[in-house]
Amino acid sequence: MERRLFGLQRLTAMVLAPLVLVHLGLVLVAIRGGLTAGEILARTQGSVGWALFYGLFVVAVAIHAPIGIRNVLREWTGLASRAVDCLALGFGGLLLVVGLRAVWAVVG
Amino acid sequence: MRPHRNHRAYWAFLGHRLSGLALAVFLPFHFLALGLAVEAAALDAFLVWTDLGVVKLAEWGLVVLLAVHMFFGLRLLVLELRPWPAGDARLGWILPGLAASLVVGGVFLIGAF
Repeated sequence: MERRLFGLQRLTAMVLAPLVLVHLGLVLVAIRGGLTAGEILARTQGSVGWALFYGLFVVAVAIHAPIGIRNVLREWTGLASRAVDCLALGFGGLLLVVGLRAVWAVVG
Repeated sequence: MRPHRNHRAYWAFLGHRLSGLALAVFLPFHFLALGLAVEAAALDAFLVWTDLGVVKLAEWGLVVLLAVHMFFGLRLLVLELRPWPAGDARLGWILPGLAASLVVGGVFLIGAF
């Protein structure tokens, strides 16, 4: 279990690194002149490419972040390991649902 | 700070961990805000807030935290998955990672204001 989670976190980190680089680049470009819904949606709506890009981003982050949160809670709090596992799993589910909903909202 | 913790690698560990925690707290709210895009008017009403100086400053903080987490995370991947080099070269990844994050933050500030 621990070995699998360790591997999954590193694997998702390798997926996320280039996605974060592109996302940061996009943020730096998009922020110029202020943000508007029209400008954001013009870029993303109906785009299969951005749907796949941010869909993968959400799935990877919904695996990566809860494993990190699980490590922090196990090392820095006195919570029982079963409670920590439940919290991490719930957090991952939340990220997946609201994240995919956000992708759907901007590309749909 | 105990001596074994007053070390550049410990500060890098702390920077990576705290930036990850902050991003994890922020992410659900970011996704919820983007979910408003189902109605462009609702998203625009929200985006009005992003014109406020204090909100831009918060966005700058998040951009820097994301960059720090990525650069320090890349350092961890290299440190854990690549053969260990002679000497302590991995310390050499910390300051450039921090500097690159601050450059990203600087470019953001120039664009935002």
